[in-house]
Amino acid sequence: MSVATPPQGQGPLEKREARLAWSLLFPTITIVSLVVILPLLAIFWISFKPIGLADLRPPAPVLRESLRGSGDDLRIEYRLRNSSQDTEITDVVILDTLPESLIVTGDLPAGCNLEGLAFTCDLGTLEPGYNERLRVPVMLADGANEDAAEEAAEGSEPEVRGDADSILTNSEFTLENFARVFDGDEFWTVMWVTIFYTVVGTVGALLFGLFAAMLLNKSFRGQGILRGLYLFPYVAPVIAVAFTWVNLFDPFSGSANALLLQMGVTTETINFFGQRPLALIMVTVFEIWRYFPLSFLFILARMQSIDTDMYEAADMDGASPFQKFWYLSLPMLLGILSVLFLLRFIWTFNKFDDIFLLTGGNAGTRTLTVNVYEQAFAISNIGAGAAVAVVIFGCLLAFSFFFFRFISREEGL
Amino acid sequence: MSFLRFGYVTGPAIGALWMFILATTVSITMSFATGDAFRPSLIIALLVGAICGAVAALEQENRIKIAIVAVLVFVLTTVGIGPMAMESSILSETFAAISLALVMGWSMVAIMKEVPIGPLNRHETEEAWIRFLTGFGYIFFTAIVLIPFYVMVMTSLKSQSALLQNPLDFSLDLEKGWALFRSYHELFRDFNFGTYMWTSFFVSVLTVIITLAFSIPGAYAVARLRFRGQKAFSRSILLIYMVPMIVLALPIYIAFSVTGLRNTVIGIILIYPVTTIPVALYMLQGYFRGLPAEVEEAGLMDGLNRLQVIWKITLPLALPALASVSLYVFMIAWNEFLLAFMLLDDPSKFTLTRGVAMLNSSEIPREHLMAGAVIATVPVMVLFLGLEKFMTKGLTAGSVKG
Repeated sequence: MSVATPPQGQGPLEKREARLAWSLLFPTITIVSLVVILPLLAIFWISFKPIGLADLRPPAPVLRESLRGSGDDLRIEYRLRNSSQDTEITDVVILDTLPESLIVTGDLPAGCNLEGLAFTCDLGTLEPGYNERLRVPVMLADGANEDAAEEAAEGSEPEVRGDADSILTNSEFTLENFARVFDGDEFWTVMWVTIFYTVVGTVGALLFGLFAAMLLNKSFRGQGILRGLYLFPYVAPVIAVAFTWVNLFDPFSGSANALLLQMGVTTETINFFGQRPLALIMVTVFEIWRYFPLSFLFILARMQSIDTDMYEAADMDGASPFQKFWYLSLPMLLGILSVLFLLRFIWTFNKFDDIFLLTGGNAGTRTLTVNVYEQAFAISNIGAGAAVAVVIFGCLLAFSFFFFRFISREEGL
Repeated sequence: MSFLRFGYVTGPAIGALWMFILATTVSITMSFATGDAFRPSLIIALLVGAICGAVAALEQENRIKIAIVAVLVFVLTTVGIGPMAMESSILSETFAAISLALVMGWSMVAIMKEVPIGPLNRHETEEAWIRFLTGFGYIFFTAIVLIPFYVMVMTSLKSQSALLQNPLDFSLDLEKGWALFRSYHELFRDFNFGTYMWTSFFVSVLTVIITLAFSIPGAYAVARLRFRGQKAFSRSILLIYMVPMIVLALPIYIAFSVTGLRNTVIGIILIYPVTTIPVALYMLQGYFRGLPAEVEEAGLMDGLNRLQVIWKITLPLALPALASVSLYVFMIAWNEFLLAFMLLDDPSKFTLTRGVAMLNSSEIPREHLMAGAVIATVPVMVLFLGLEKFMTKGLTAGSVKG
């Protein structure tokens, strides 16, 4: 009699399921790796390259053809130019078809060949800044009209090819971008601004969210309306609310300043988004304002799932409201609070558009993410921007390590 | 803290603070409504408030206490030595004084409900302070949320020169009728906002469809099917969800510049779903996990294959989740600004948010910018308020992204 043994390894059913899983995941994996993994690799690559905004267009040979002169002096002129001032183009070839109404009379330029009507030139290497004319002397064929010939000659677009060394793909590397990013005090200023913005913004949004959740954690008429209302800042487009804030706190025509003046809080207008360190505080306040709804929503959901029996027992034992909050509610909320803290921390760290729209990174509000834009587009140094992005990505990896190590167990993420 | 536990200490302390908060609230409200000067006076407000708090702690009938407080506040305010100083028309001054008096009387008595003047126990003190904090919380949050939106709408209806003269005067000249909406009219007529709105709508809807098409199978596989690497996969979804957009935007900008996809709506439609797929995957897999597996197993037993099970059983059961994911993705796509800003330069191809960003220039009056902001905000707001249930559920179901 054979002994029954448990199956070893993957059974056929399991294999089929795994195959199905992978085929369902395949499209998602493809698109995500195309647009997330690939750009991430690209960022690493670019961060080691000396590349500016202008280098995005690779150098190419530029060719124009025209029919010049008249009578005996008639000629076809090819004007050839290297679009780059500092990169050479190799293996340049011109291909063109001459019209039947023109007959070549004199010598062809060096490197050029004529077979029937097919005209080819092999010009080899173009120096940086090359700009020359190639002349092909011709005469009109019998009965041909000069204007028609000109049109025919210029009508057939000449083709030009050449290989240029693109800075994006060549093997020139540099550490200068990173040296620039970490250079001097500027990096530490940016880092300190980022940390302040992230920590204060996250904690503030959590505390405000907790407060708002406690307000709405009871049923009364109008609770639904208030809950909807308190979510407004989060739902509205960032561009709309950011411009509204800029408008509201404008030093000249802003209502906030007018209100403060009228109430006698200040005697002169305050430039909320234009002076240090007030601008940094204001963008942080904006961040808190915009994201407290989110923490409020999560905390409220968690609060409503807490068992009320516990509170009844505490009432029997004579616990006061603050004691109930401190010893019962808070420990129950600790899990969601820590998850929210880490997630919000990461996303506040990543935040770009809020600060960009409010101050454009001026007046001491330049965080790391704004610095990416600033380096890449304002200073037109894409390489340096990419280097900052790599620094951000490094921080992100560290955060997510913490996240999975300590927090994810709490909420089973 | 035991000295606090007497009605004659708690009452005046809460009263003083509450009076000041109410005076400030009424002042700000009246200033925004009329544009005239209303201001709270700190010292008087604290003093009067303390008296009111003491009155509210007396052992009297509620009606009498409310009357005493209200009359006191009203008389002092109208005489000019009250908790709020005013320079406005008689009508609005009286209105402000009456509302302050009534609200103060009613709310003060409500806060001090069942708090006697003598010694208190811990419960009574804390309950009173909690009622005070609750009142403050409602006022505070409602104010910080409403004021910016109020300013946004009102600025769009007023001319810039009028606002420069008195930035607080949001009163509308209703006789102008439809001319109030001039800046909206001009946006649609001269600035192509109709087209932008259509582009935004079109892009958002396509984004929703593409996102769902990719994320439903993916989320199902991660949530239900067993395969090697499942755990790592579900973690990497969260990880990808954490990659900042600005880091990706740079290489995407380069790639789009090189391939000629920059400045095209197609490029935008290609890139938006990628920003939303991780969100949708994350939300949907959470929901799929919560569905009972038995129903699907019953389907399998009855001879359906997996794809049929997904189509005929899982998806109909997940309709509410699909609705909230769609709403959320629509909201992200509609509100998206960074990519539209970086990738679109040609005014004929702008999305709505990019169009609003264009209005932020010194040559274009402020009311146009604010009208643009209102146009961008209203559709999401309507959608959100109409489907708030789905929205809040969807948000808490799995996404914390902002």
